[in-house]
Amino acid sequence: MKHSSALTTLAMAALLSGCGGEEQNAAQHYGPDPKLPEPERGLLPSMKIAEPTPWGDQLPTVPDGFSVTAIATDLKIPRQTLVLPNGDILVAEGRGGNAPKLKPKDVIADVIKARGTTSVESGDRVTLLRDADGDGEYELQTVFAEDLNAPYGLAFHDGNLYVANQDALVRFDYQGGQTEASGPPTQVAELPSEINHHWTKALTISPDGQYLYVGIGSNSNITERGMEAEIDRAMVWQINADTGAYKPYATGLRNPTALAIQPGSGQLWAVVNERDELGEDLVPDYLTSVKEGGFYGWPYAYWGQNVDDRVRPQDPDKVAASITPDYALGSHVAALGLDFSSDVMGERFAEGVFIGEHGSWNRKEPVGYKVIFVPFQNGRPAGQPIDFVTGFRTDDGKTRGRPVGVTVDPRGALIVADDLANVVWRVTREQ
Amino acid sequence: MTVITHRTQTTQTTHSVSRHVPNPVHATLLAGSVPLFLGAMLSDIAYFKTYEIQWSNFSAWLIAGGLVFCGLALLFALANLIGARHKQGRPLIYFALLLATWVLGFFNALEHAKDAWAAMPQGLVLSVIVTLLACAASWIGLSNLRSGGEA
Repeated sequence: MKHSSALTTLAMAALLSGCGGEEQNAAQHYGPDPKLPEPERGLLPSMKIAEPTPWGDQLPTVPDGFSVTAIATDLKIPRQTLVLPNGDILVAEGRGGNAPKLKPKDVIADVIKARGTTSVESGDRVTLLRDADGDGEYELQTVFAEDLNAPYGLAFHDGNLYVANQDALVRFDYQGGQTEASGPPTQVAELPSEINHHWTKALTISPDGQYLYVGIGSNSNITERGMEAEIDRAMVWQINADTGAYKPYATGLRNPTALAIQPGSGQLWAVVNERDELGEDLVPDYLTSVKEGGFYGWPYAYWGQNVDDRVRPQDPDKVAASITPDYALGSHVAALGLDFSSDVMGERFAEGVFIGEHGSWNRKEPVGYKVIFVPFQNGRPAGQPIDFVTGFRTDDGKTRGRPVGVTVDPRGALIVADDLANVVWRVTREQ
Repeated sequence: MTVITHRTQTTQTTHSVSRHVPNPVHATLLAGSVPLFLGAMLSDIAYFKTYEIQWSNFSAWLIAGGLVFCGLALLFALANLIGARHKQGRPLIYFALLLATWVLGFFNALEHAKDAWAAMPQGLVLSVIVTLLACAASWIGLSNLRSGGEA
C-alpha cells in the first residue's frame, strides 16, 4: 500500500520532470553517493525560519502499527534521552553556548534564528520519567539532577551514569530505582568549552564501559572565528572512564551531534552536521562509522575531498587525507539524534538506525523536521531512508515541534525529544 | 570707475557668502564616513595579507559605521538637492556620488557577512571603490553644495 503510492508518486514525478522536484531529487540527496552541486551563495544566505505553533490536539504522524503519545510535557528544552535498565527514562534539558557576536551579521542572524526556537529558559537539569505499571503512561516526572551546565549527552554502564555538560563530562553513581541523584556528580574530564559556538557534547560509551566517546563541535561555521578557536574542536574524544585521560579519536567532524555504538560490532557511529552557506543542497549532513584516527574533512574539505575555498590558509595534505562519510542525509536537515534499532521495533524497522532531524534554517524549502529510519544490511546502511515520525510542520508552514534525541526503548518504542514543544514523545509499537 | 570696482567687490563678497557649505552636523557625518570606509579598506588589506580573521571583523563593523554616517549625510544631501533652485550640477552630483557610496557600501556589508574567506577578494575590491567614492563625495560636498553662481 505504502509502496505502491510511493511508486506512483515517483512515476508521476518522472512524467512531470521539472515540476516534481522534491520527490524526484530525493534519491540524489541520500546515501553513499549524493549528487553535490557547485557551491553557491547569493548576497544573502537563504533563510527560512519556521514560525512555532502549538501542537494543540494534533499528534506526530507515525507508521502503521505504531502509536504516539506525549509522555512528558512542560520540560525545559529536552535534548537527549536515555533508557535505564529498569525502564525509567532520563531527559537532558538545557541550552548552552556563549559565543560572542563578532560581526553585525551575528547580531542580525541570532535574532532571526531565535524566532524558530523555544523561548523557555535552559533547564540545566536531568529529568526522570517513570512508568511503573508499564501501561505506557509515565506517571512520574521528577528532577533527577539539577544545577548542571547545559547537559546534552547521556550514557550508562553498570551503576555509572555519565552526563556530558557543555564544559565537562561528569559521573553520577546510580542505583536501580533511584529517582534522584544521591549527590553532586564527580568530574571525569574537562571538555573544551571556550566560545562553544556548537556547544552540544554528544556522548556514548563502549560496550565494556571502559571508554566514553564525546562529540565536540566546531567553534564556527567555517573558521570565521579564527583557526585558534578550533583547537580541540570538530572531533570525537575517547575518554578513559577511570582516569579521565583523553585523546582525539577522530577529527574533522564539523559537529558530531549524536554518537552510538553499533550492537554486535562495537563500532562507533556518528551523525554530523555539515557546514552552511554553500547553497541549498550543500553540504549533506551525514551518518558515518567513525574510524579511529580518521580525518573527515572539516574545515578544509567536505564530503571527501571537495575543497572549501572559504578556509585560509588552505591545507592540500589535509584535503587529500579526508575520508568520505558513509551515508548522506541531505543538506541542512540538522541530524541531532541517533540510535540503533533492534528486533523490538518490528521486522520492518529491526535493522538500522533512527535519526532525529531538527530541521533546516539555511534553505528556502525547509527540510528535516522529522525522524527517519535508515535501514542497514550486513552492518552497513542500505537503501533509502524511511520517514518514521513526521507532522512536525503544519501544511501552512508553521512548526509544531523539532526532534532532537532519539532512543530505542527495549520495551518496544522510540523515545523522541522535542525541544520546541518541550515534550518527550513515545512512539510505541503495537504488539 | 570706482563704481565698477565697488560693484565687482560687492559681487565677490556676495559670491563668497553664497558659497554653500554643509552645516556642522552634515559636515561631520559626511567627513566621518571617509575614515570609516578607509579603515574598512585597510582592515581588508590586512586580512587579505595575513588571513587573520579579526581584521575581517573590524572591517565589517567599520563598514556598518560608515553606512550609518553616510546614510545620515545622504538625507542632508537629499534635502540640499530638493532645496536647490536647479536640480542639476553640484547638488545632483553630490547626491548621486553619496548615494552610490551608500549603495555599494551596503553591498559591501553583505559581502562582509559571508563567512571567512568567502568575502574575498570581492569584499576588498568593493572597499576600495567605496572609499574612493566617499572621498569624492566629501570633496564636492565640503567645497560647495550649490552650483557656481547660484545663490
